Amino acid sequence: MTRKQRRLLTITAAMILLGAAAALVLFALRDTLVFFYTPSELASKQLPPGRTFRIGGLVSEGSVRRSADGVSVTFSVTDLTASLPVRYRGLLPDMFREGQGVVAEGALGEDGVFTATQVLAKHDENYMPAEVAEALKKSGQWKGGAMEKAK
Amino acid sequence: MIAELGHFALTLALMLALAQAIAPLIGAARGEARLMAVARPAALGQLIFLLIAFAALTYSFVVSDFSLSVVATNSHTAKPMLYKIAGVWGNHEGSLLLWVVILALFGAAVALFGGNLPQALQARVLSVQAMIAVGFLLFTLLTSNPFARLIPPPLEGNGLNPLLQDPGLAFHPPFLYLGYVGFSMAFSFAVAALIEGRVDAAWARWVRPWTLAAWCFLTIGIAMGSWWAYYELGWGGWWFWDPVENASFMPWLAGTALLHSAIVVERRDALKSWTILLAILTFSLSLLGTFIVRSGVLTSVHAFATDPARGVYILAFLCLVVGGSLMLYAVRAPVMKGGGLFAPISREAALVLNNWLLATACATVLLGTLYPLFVDAISGGETKLTVGPPYYNATFAPLMIPLLLLMPLGPLMAWKRGDLPGVLARLRFAFGLAVMGTLAAWYVMRGGPVLAAFGIGLGVWMIGGALTDGAERVKLFRASARISWERAKGVPRASWGAMMAHGGMGIVVLGITASTAWTTEKITLMRPGESVTVGAYTYRFDGAEQAPGPNYMALRGHFEVTRNGEHFVSLSPESRTYPTPPMDTTEAAIYPTLAGDLFAVIGDPLGENQWSTRLYFRPLQAWIWAGVILMALGGAISLSDRRHRVGAPRRAAPVSSPPISIAGQVAISP
Repeated sequence: MTRKQRRLLTITAAMILLGAAAALVLFALRDTLVFFYTPSELASKQLPPGRTFRIGGLVSEGSVRRSADGVSVTFSVTDLTASLPVRYRGLLPDMFREGQGVVAEGALGEDGVFTATQVLAKHDENYMPAEVAEALKKSGQWKGGAMEKAK
Repeated sequence: MIAELGHFALTLALMLALAQAIAPLIGAARGEARLMAVARPAALGQLIFLLIAFAALTYSFVVSDFSLSVVATNSHTAKPMLYKIAGVWGNHEGSLLLWVVILALFGAAVALFGGNLPQALQARVLSVQAMIAVGFLLFTLLTSNPFARLIPPPLEGNGLNPLLQDPGLAFHPPFLYLGYVGFSMAFSFAVAALIEGRVDAAWARWVRPWTLAAWCFLTIGIAMGSWWAYYELGWGGWWFWDPVENASFMPWLAGTALLHSAIVVERRDALKSWTILLAILTFSLSLLGTFIVRSGVLTSVHAFATDPARGVYILAFLCLVVGGSLMLYAVRAPVMKGGGLFAPISREAALVLNNWLLATACATVLLGTLYPLFVDAISGGETKLTVGPPYYNATFAPLMIPLLLLMPLGPLMAWKRGDLPGVLARLRFAFGLAVMGTLAAWYVMRGGPVLAAFGIGLGVWMIGGALTDGAERVKLFRASARISWERAKGVPRASWGAMMAHGGMGIVVLGITASTAWTTEKITLMRPGESVTVGAYTYRFDGAEQAPGPNYMALRGHFEVTRNGEHFVSLSPESRTYPTPPMDTTEAAIYPTLAGDLFAVIGDPLGENQWSTRLYFRPLQAWIWAGVILMALGGAISLSDRRHRVGAPRRAAPVSSPPISIAGQVAISP
């Protein structure tokens, strides 16, 4: 094999690898991205049931209900303009509280209830998840410093 | 007073770093030995002053001097001593100070042990180290001064985030930083080599041990973080593809590639400019990691500092370092003439393939980590999205699988021109084991995911490959036991280390596959006396009580685990409530066995005398950590090899031949 052929082989092999990787990434980015919506945005959008996305806001006061088996929970997430009912089965994170910021990942069911596969609450009580703060600003309900307790 | 001394020492270290950055560089360019001689004492002095600053901060934490803003925000008098000390780096300012201390430590090591380096190279390396130090010291002093006073001082501190009050996490940042910052050595050597326009085997022999040491530390650091997430967050998961995890994983991937390509430079005098590029990229990714964690730009489970000024500074510094070094690379890299010709089937080619796959995989992780940031910036904050595990399963995994499949072939391949049929024939034993492993997994788990059975086969194949490598080297069963033993003593430690690291990776694959595919999870509401069966084990709940800890209140649950009706183990998970800062944490009770981890979590009491509980059986979970430890140990054994000892005697440089490996380098440049 001459040096030229060898170089050609190396370049071809590298190109095939890069091409394959690019294809993988493009396919993955098309199918696996998880978008984040606020309850108000969701109300104005017609999302098909079954599509995975994230929702963020505050857990509405007085909305948390546990079912008889104790491990299924329903609550509603609000940005103080609109709200969305959420159903979740599993242990809630330590920092999950009514009135606290929360981000849930899941999909809408046929009945319009959001079925969460994962519920994230931030680790720190003083801390508002960035998306939730953003969501409240968008809905015009952000009260600035009052919501962020002084650190 | 102590704090002011620390602050002053920090400033002095900056001044020394400035001198160290400028004088030796000019000296090396003009060939003036006196200017170059500035480097060594400056590097040592810088370390001493930084140690003084670090000691001052540690002292302030130990005596709970709340007139320091950092101490007041992150410490508390009731905190156990271990966490008072760990609190020094459990916050933004202190962890940056740790960063520069470690950087100075590495610089001082070059100054002390680099006596046999050519003087100009040593001067340039130390100068580049000092430039990085200047950047970080300025950052610390200007935006994140750990010695800032608080007037008036509060009577009590806010306390350290309870999640961070954990022995695993106390040592996670130092190890991670030893890894991150350790790669600065490879970077400094790469930049120095670019300035000199010369890379040879002696250069690679210097870079390899440092890279290897950094890699070992980073491996352990990542494992500690992952282990912590596993038992502390109580979700049963151990890797979330969280941006902060990716931040440490990307330098690891690039560093692993660097480790392998440096071998080619050292042994075959080829792949020079690619290795230089990798060294630059690896450290750039470490800096990017620091940027991601320190600026809080990405939504993350554990970002703890968010301040735009800091983010902008690090971003500017990052651009300067990455842009500057890549510019230098673009100008100077063509000067590097590669040597060593090799055939498409050879050890060199196998290592090139290893590098491509690792670099591409690293690029997909980078893209996934930064993509949400791009979209957010382009849409002006309108579109928020996350890139989660499904993305990485679809991109990272398909690139890793060929790498792992081909891993056993590489070490058996000869340099220059390999014999593929011969290598495959020698691996038939490993292949047989892998097939048996696949079938056994399929049979024992009664079906289940087909891919998981292949995952087990893959892990067995990698372990079998590592064993084959060892057996081949000592001619096991082909020569008498005595001869094999004699040969075993002659095998270089670096080769044993490589076998251990490769075998360890196989064990990790087994652990990941089994724990991902066959975990049993039960989430139920339990009353005292009730039992739940998880896998082969029966958990009986014996109630829960309040138990006070040193600085928290715990709810402790009791589980009696039986197997086949016989007592197996008692588990006592806790749910802790900390008053300062007010917070709840979960302390899972984990009983690791060879077959898998028993994992119990107790949640909130709900209604009359019942508690929510989460019980797992995670097969082969402990194998993940065991495999990682084996990998790091392999690295350490490799480091103890005489040939890797820093500053090993110079070997005669191989006769240089015309460049051939350039083609590959051009094609892979991202």
